[in-house]
Amino acid sequence: MGKIQLKKVTKKFGDTQVIPPLDLTIEDGEFTVFVGPSGCGKSTLLRMIAGLEDLTSGEVAIDDTDATNTPPAKRGLAMVFQSYALYPHMSVRKNIAFPLRMAKMDPAEQNRRIEAAAAALNLTDYLDRRPGQLSGGQRQRVAIGRAIVREPSAFLFDEPLSNLDAALRVGMRLEICEMHKRLQTTMIYVTHDQVEAMTMADKIVVLQAGVIEQVGSPLELYHTPRNVFVAGFIGSPKMNLITGAEAAKHNAETIGIRPEHIDVSATKGTWSGRVGVAEHLGSDTFFHIHDTGLGDMITVRAPGEVSFNTGDTIHLTPRTDQMHRFDAKGLRIA
Amino acid sequence: MATKASRSAARLMMAPAVILLLGWMLVPLTMTLWFSFRNYLPLRGGDLGWAGFDNYTRFITSSAFWPSVQATLIIVGAVLLITISLGIVLAILLDQPMWGQGVVRILVIAPFFVMPTVSALVWKNMFMDPNSGLFAYLWKFFGAEPVSWLSEASLPSIILIVSWQWLPFATLILLTAIQSLDSEQLEAAEMDGAPPLSRFLWLTLPHLARAITIVILIQTIFLLSIFAEIFVTTGGAFGTKTLTYLIFQRVLESQNIGLGSAGGVYAIILANIVAIFLMRIVGKNLDA
Repeated sequence: MGKIQLKKVTKKFGDTQVIPPLDLTIEDGEFTVFVGPSGCGKSTLLRMIAGLEDLTSGEVAIDDTDATNTPPAKRGLAMVFQSYALYPHMSVRKNIAFPLRMAKMDPAEQNRRIEAAAAALNLTDYLDRRPGQLSGGQRQRVAIGRAIVREPSAFLFDEPLSNLDAALRVGMRLEICEMHKRLQTTMIYVTHDQVEAMTMADKIVVLQAGVIEQVGSPLELYHTPRNVFVAGFIGSPKMNLITGAEAAKHNAETIGIRPEHIDVSATKGTWSGRVGVAEHLGSDTFFHIHDTGLGDMITVRAPGEVSFNTGDTIHLTPRTDQMHRFDAKGLRIA
Repeated sequence: MATKASRSAARLMMAPAVILLLGWMLVPLTMTLWFSFRNYLPLRGGDLGWAGFDNYTRFITSSAFWPSVQATLIIVGAVLLITISLGIVLAILLDQPMWGQGVVRILVIAPFFVMPTVSALVWKNMFMDPNSGLFAYLWKFFGAEPVSWLSEASLPSIILIVSWQWLPFATLILLTAIQSLDSEQLEAAEMDGAPPLSRFLWLTLPHLARAITIVILIQTIFLLSIFAEIFVTTGGAFGTKTLTYLIFQRVLESQNIGLGSAGGVYAIILANIVAIFLMRIVGKNLDA
């Protein structure tokens, strides 16, 4: 079991309110991702769930029992840290065995669990090495191994992939997802990378300045962002946000249109502008378009290879059914 | 230093320093070796010629020799033990956030800046004096008979004084090492269910291994040759005569440079034996 509830939790560092009263329920077996820009309090929130950070007020409940004052070790949660936090003077085997040894588990059972974890994470050949002799990806796997042998009721990940290179990151992302499918254990994953959030999560929690902006499945967030912040944060490349006269035409303070929802043409369209940088990815082409009279630069994603050169005039037609409208408070107009 | 030319240039540039250091070491060493084989009595006729191994046999068969080696090793060992164990405790305490941290840290380091002669005199006269020392007042306050520290408990007294001087050094080195311990490691261990004592034993202590090694090696070098503390307190009496002090007595009090030089060679041998043992025991910690 691994149902985690936050009830009116707050956190102050000195006089600075980092987390204003916040409620959140994470269901058993759910893969929840906390995402937000740096300093939005997502790591603090995770550490509060782990018990590494005290609550200023409120309650953390694990499986419907109050765990606010339970020490970290007794909460039955396992955490994977950004720096991996492996014990450098211990071999991989001893690192993975550490939580079991602290729990004074029977050595035979310890070995069984270590072998099983090592096999699942492709670490069997490295069990006698020290963390310093491993690559970044292997260290990450050891850190995960140390978490899974405890068979915790929930896993907490604090930006675990941010120290890896891009290719490894994609691989580890997949491994963590597969691990979740296999174990069916609650996982809470903190990241500032919205691509990680979109690809891994069952449920995304978008945070800004300690406040939950929106909770929902990746596609809910993509299709119906609740406000301007979520609209701009989720999706890559970013949604175009247009204010002023053009927005007023649609009875809104701000309108948002994703780059993939704008059609391009050389001859006619609703808007027109001049092509700046064109990024050719093969599968898609991203155009940065200036001088549209809409304020900021507009980003457009055209499928396949479309030949416009820098300086060319381009005509744009937004798909109005995919347009998002926001009021003066930045909230979505249904 | 990739090319042949840059390598030889580097050698050429380093040569003066190497030659200077080598000379600095070799000249006194050669002189000591030379004098140790001479019958050299400055006030009784000067250099009286070749002595063979007479000085060496006389020094080692003297009744003061083995007790002096023993006293040296006891002082070095005890001071290392006290400074490192207390140093770890103090370093952990100083690492905790507290009010007035800066001032406290400076106060802790202060003893290291006091000259050995001065600190030994302060201890001797202000604390350990059986009539007017603070300890004497303390003992009398509790109705006990004041202890004449430097004659009744001479070796422990010297160890106490020297430990007080070297504790700041150990604390400082260990404090910097503790500060470099990754806090996420400690948090990971906390989540893994390790109580504070286990966290200390399994994480902090192994992390400190290298710093402890450095403290042991550096302190040993200096502690093997402590002199001032003994000179101004007991003057080598009451079993506090170390090998260094014995050599001093042979050279200056007995005015026998040949005999003292032979003692110096023994001191070099002793220091090397200690060094070999230390490198065997703790040297592997220095490998990255």
